[in-house]
Amino acid sequence: MKRFIPLLVFIVLAVFLYLGLYLNPREVPSPFIGRPAPDFTLPVLGQPGQTFSPADAKGRVWLLNVWAPWCVSCRQEHPVLMQLAASGVAIYGLNWKDKDGEAQALLARQGSPYVLTVDDRDGRVGIDYGVTGTPETFIIDKAGIIRMKHVGPITPEIWQKKFVPLLKELET
Amino acid sequence: MIPELGHFALILALLLALVQGVLPIVGAQRGNATLMAVARPAAHGQFVFVLLAFAALAYAFLTNDFSVENVARNSYSKLPEVYRFTATWGSHEGSLLLWTLILGVWTVAVTVYSRHLPEDMAARVIGVMGLVSVGFLAFMLFTSNPFLRLTPAVPEGNDMNPLLQDPGMVIHPPMLYMGYVGFSVAFAFAVAALLSGKLDAAWARWSRPWTTVAWMFLTLGIALGSWWAYYELGWGGWWFWDPTENASFMPWLAGTALIHSLAVTEKRGVFKTWTVLLAITAFSLSLLGTFLVRSGVLSSVHAFATDPGRGVFILAFLGVVIGGSLLLYAWRAPRLVSGGGFTWFSREALLLGNNVFLMAAMGTVLLGTLYPLFMDAMGLGKISVGPPYFNAVFIPLMTPVLFLVAIGPLVRWRGDDLPALAMRMRWAFAVALVTAALLPLTLDGMNLWASLGLFLALWILFGVLTGFLERLKNAPGGLLGKLATLPRSFWGMQIAHAGLAVVVIGATVVSNYEEHRDVRMNVGDYVDLAGYRFLFMGTHPVEGPNYSAMRGTVEVFRNARKVATVHPEKRRYHASGMVMTEAGIDYGVFRDVYVSLGEPLSDSEWVVQVYYKPFVGWLWGGAFLLALGGGLAASDRRYRIALRRNTEAMATAAQGTRA
Repeated sequence: MKRFIPLLVFIVLAVFLYLGLYLNPREVPSPFIGRPAPDFTLPVLGQPGQTFSPADAKGRVWLLNVWAPWCVSCRQEHPVLMQLAASGVAIYGLNWKDKDGEAQALLARQGSPYVLTVDDRDGRVGIDYGVTGTPETFIIDKAGIIRMKHVGPITPEIWQKKFVPLLKELET
Repeated sequence: MIPELGHFALILALLLALVQGVLPIVGAQRGNATLMAVARPAAHGQFVFVLLAFAALAYAFLTNDFSVENVARNSYSKLPEVYRFTATWGSHEGSLLLWTLILGVWTVAVTVYSRHLPEDMAARVIGVMGLVSVGFLAFMLFTSNPFLRLTPAVPEGNDMNPLLQDPGMVIHPPMLYMGYVGFSVAFAFAVAALLSGKLDAAWARWSRPWTTVAWMFLTLGIALGSWWAYYELGWGGWWFWDPTENASFMPWLAGTALIHSLAVTEKRGVFKTWTVLLAITAFSLSLLGTFLVRSGVLSSVHAFATDPGRGVFILAFLGVVIGGSLLLYAWRAPRLVSGGGFTWFSREALLLGNNVFLMAAMGTVLLGTLYPLFMDAMGLGKISVGPPYFNAVFIPLMTPVLFLVAIGPLVRWRGDDLPALAMRMRWAFAVALVTAALLPLTLDGMNLWASLGLFLALWILFGVLTGFLERLKNAPGGLLGKLATLPRSFWGMQIAHAGLAVVVIGATVVSNYEEHRDVRMNVGDYVDLAGYRFLFMGTHPVEGPNYSAMRGTVEVFRNARKVATVHPEKRRYHASGMVMTEAGIDYGVFRDVYVSLGEPLSDSEWVVQVYYKPFVGWLWGGAFLLALGGGLAASDRRYRIALRRNTEAMATAAQGTRA
């Protein structure tokens, strides 16, 4: 029996490693979840003179998608967002640390999935939201409370698994 | 076009790896020489195609082909050329390609140096390495293809992670992978032995040089990684017990145990099953390390892409390789009979002790590394395990190992006389003990940890010295002539053991006697630390190829005499916007002075961190001696003679059949 011990140890280890794959070590419960979305007022991209604040979106469930034109993962996410927008999801963009102002041209070229995009050029609002990188997406409910945060690009699978159930619950 | 050729080359390599993995092993089981003869050409062909794929990827990086997603994510047009080349393996996909390429290098080396092996043994070894290669090539092609195109292409890349833009990082990953992957040879030998049921002293002699060379590379790789962390992360630490570091340290511990266990199996024909198990373990831990780093199961300072799909694939691969080999072990191990007895006080027994403690230490590192995962998986909350745990469990387990290192080589095989050895070593013991107890008193009073470390280091050094003296006493000729007659394996062992003592001295002194201050400094301010005066001369802007920096100038004085000027930098990389700290270090044999810039407080005022790090260089010097010892031992003429003798025997046999 002794000779099976190494194999058994490995099997136990493998089971834990498998479970570990579906846990996210980086997803430390965000202190923002369950709290009101931090307030800000930023200029709307491509609409000079217009500003947007989270209060303006109160009464609907919306997504705040933090992105940047220099971010390759955001490009990977872009077609997914386009589809979601076409199916009626309200996505607001936060154009993060775009020092060269390339975002508008990019959206004009590839199409915009956003209701509107605000310009966080110096990245301060991003800091208020605890953004560590792009893309990050927040779900904000009708009362203006952050209900979830997703780090990294949204894929169709992640959308189905992580977003859809919560959005259904929030809409009713 | 070139990336597509690279992709195609990978597919061909996978097909050849399948051929290399299946036909020779089937041939060896059936005694079919034609099938066995496929092993070498298939391995060579596979290597050529992997090399082509690697060249294609390197070409894409060097020519800034941002239509390749991997290049766009990990490179930048203004990145210096050498980093554009190293960016080839800076990404997840690229590092897998490097892994596979290095596996190819080892496999080709085996095909060249295995001419003296029985044909079925060589076929099985090459076949097993082919199967490992299949796993990695399939992993790349199905989940992590480095050649995927990005449409539309982007005009500019995301830049390589600035942490990796460093000369140390140019050679650290290839060294580390040479070590990791090198253990695949010992693993392949072990599996081949289990498959054939033939496991004898010759088997251990074949495996030994391969294992030692792999261990040598791993030692260098870990040392380079530690040195890089020391000067690049900006706070002067040299070991963090970070999961990624542990991932490389666990195979090192198992590999160290394996080297010693192989010695016993070769000389005395005992510990056979244990040695086989260690060979499987060392490589399994290399694979596990790859899994931990690549799957994102554990969070670490090394941020890599995480993707459960990839994780499932590697885990399945791990299951096949490790689970399969352990199953084979459970099935075949009872057939391996060990010969030769030994008493409790013999070299065999001491080496067994070394093995037990090393594997226990490995187990505690494994437990500490995976504990957060266990807790999380069982829903018991998120925790992290840090240096307090590792230091608390690791030091007590390594203390007996270090103690035994000094006497193991002095004890005879089969059995020795403990009282006689005690008499031989009594002065060494007394001098080491008294020196270690008194030395800290002359510095800043009693310090038990410092005394323990110094005692163990001195004890090992005296053991090495005694080993030389006893060998020389009986040899004829003058001192130099005597030294020249000692075999390289003896030199290798002694140098490696001395290197270990040097590492222990470095770790002990720097941990107990380093000094550090964070101060706010304006131009012309100074701070005194450990007898050094640090004078801050201010900062000025500097433009790098792909970053802008503020470069500080700090003059270091000792006894009113200037000993060094160092230039710590704060760099901001354009593409990623990441801010990096480059420490200013004045290296010395007995101390480093280390200055790094913290945050700017105003135009001229900065938070400056100054460190005095005594003996810190000994850590890497000792690691180099360890590796040098390994290299010497692996090049012992015994292995070369065995090789020549076998070739001659084969030649004679061939002539015999012809005549």
